[in-house]
Amino acid sequence: MSQPETIADIVSGHIASPDTAKERIQACHAKIERSQSQLNALISQDHSASNNANGGSLSGLPILHKDLFCTDGQATTAGSRMLANFVAPYDATVVSRLAKAGAVSLGKANMDEFAMGSSNETSYFGAVANPWDTSCVPGGSSGGSAAAVAAGLVPAATGTDTGGSIRQPAALCGVTGIKPTYGRVSRFGMIAFASSLDQAGCFARSAADCAPVLGAMAGFDPNDSTVADQPVPNYPAALTGDINGLTIGLPRQYFDAEVEAETARAIQTAIREFEALGAQVVDVDMPHTDLALSTYYIIAPAEASSNLARYDGVRYGHRCENPTDLTDLYERSRAEGFGREVQRRILTGAYVLSAGYYDAYYRKAQRTRRLIANDFQQAFESVDLLATPATPGPAFKLGSQIDNPTTMYANDVFTLPASLAGVPAMSVPAGFAGHLPVGLQLIGPWFEESRLLNAGHAFQQATDWHTRQPPGFE
Amino acid sequence: MTLHNDDVRAIAALNRIRIEDRDVEATAVALSGIFGLFDALAQVDTTDVKPMAHPLDLVARLRPDRAEPVTQSGTYQTLAPDADDGLYRVPKVIG
Repeated sequence: MSQPETIADIVSGHIASPDTAKERIQACHAKIERSQSQLNALISQDHSASNNANGGSLSGLPILHKDLFCTDGQATTAGSRMLANFVAPYDATVVSRLAKAGAVSLGKANMDEFAMGSSNETSYFGAVANPWDTSCVPGGSSGGSAAAVAAGLVPAATGTDTGGSIRQPAALCGVTGIKPTYGRVSRFGMIAFASSLDQAGCFARSAADCAPVLGAMAGFDPNDSTVADQPVPNYPAALTGDINGLTIGLPRQYFDAEVEAETARAIQTAIREFEALGAQVVDVDMPHTDLALSTYYIIAPAEASSNLARYDGVRYGHRCENPTDLTDLYERSRAEGFGREVQRRILTGAYVLSAGYYDAYYRKAQRTRRLIANDFQQAFESVDLLATPATPGPAFKLGSQIDNPTTMYANDVFTLPASLAGVPAMSVPAGFAGHLPVGLQLIGPWFEESRLLNAGHAFQQATDWHTRQPPGFE
Repeated sequence: MTLHNDDVRAIAALNRIRIEDRDVEATAVALSGIFGLFDALAQVDTTDVKPMAHPLDLVARLRPDRAEPVTQSGTYQTLAPDADDGLYRVPKVIG
């Protein structure tokens, strides 16, 4: 079985011989077309660019964008009927920055509708299948991006993470996925779900492959008032592979939780590997962890109900046929345009914001969010990183949870706290539960993406889980 | 907390989402399950805890307060389901 090429090797090959980039792009397009009936990882394919070997840090690198990022002149759907015919009038900052670095977009990756889901089954364009077992979900909401990288369709893909939408599918598909600190990457041109939580990130096979992609995406942007005005470190240069003396905390609340047995064993083995590499592992207490699920599922829907109010069938997006009056136009356009899960979250969000319930739900959740963030602040006073399972178990069967929202929401239980606090976190492949991948979550202090990437890189120099490829997609 | 059918109808109307009568009961059951998750928060003492609206202590950046030409309305109106002569068309509001 051949080892996948690293992004550093791919890019240096394109710089030395630009025509090889064109050949690679054609080969990736062919692989996408062959896989689509099995995986449904893309919503649309883009053949407009044949090469972009410009000598940049991602020279000629084929990528996919999650279909939540606006791409000028191309369909941008957010996985929704509401935007099924929407053609974006500009590029998201993430899209333009990656193109400037030399990346070539081959299309738009499938996703849960408006990034609301943990299985990629809420997409208007159909579910995505997990390349490791096509009867299973790839995770969500960035399920198409994760499945595409796992299947080797592209070396890297963008994603977004509001409560785990990069880390959970990365874990379930056996690839590396990083959600940077809130504010590290511009949200301009990224269709909004929950604005105090949404953050762009990326998928690739390894931490070393994620480093140059994140480096090209990150940084200040005058078009986003919430992006941090801080210099971006040279992430590839931070990958020394040396973690001797690093202190890794194991939050006991994550390990006391119910975790599938083989997943738990893989995580424990991975932690012993970190110890063998010279890290010091200690237990830490994060007492408000169990409040994250409730807190998130109040705050995120509240913000979503506000953000999605803009879809009214008037200025853009789906409009119902033959409205009888303006109220009928609004109500039927939104009922037809939004899927069931999106409607549930809008209704939940509006309810927790309504008079009489605001203090009991929304304001209360804002206070418990502070307690959760304080747990991270205190933990990072004594440890350099935290390590946890990324998910309670491996990929589950398509259709097995979609009709039970509260069961589905519980898939995010280990990824939600870092989202609420805004700290960076990543999932790295850490073994298998049967034939399905397991992800280890590493969480760092605010703006310490370099530390996270280096820890992941050190682990991946000592293990080969990130090089494993699903049968049939080698 | 249990949401009833009338709660669903009221919140759907406020959100301008049409929910057919046959779907109201199922929506109430699903939302009640979701609200059941939130009960855990009621037991937590958050006295004197400052609400956290945002993960970063950012100061809002403002651009210079000067008018700039609007040049993209034509582009944006090409996205509209029904626009004409620079205006968005909707069903008649006033009879």
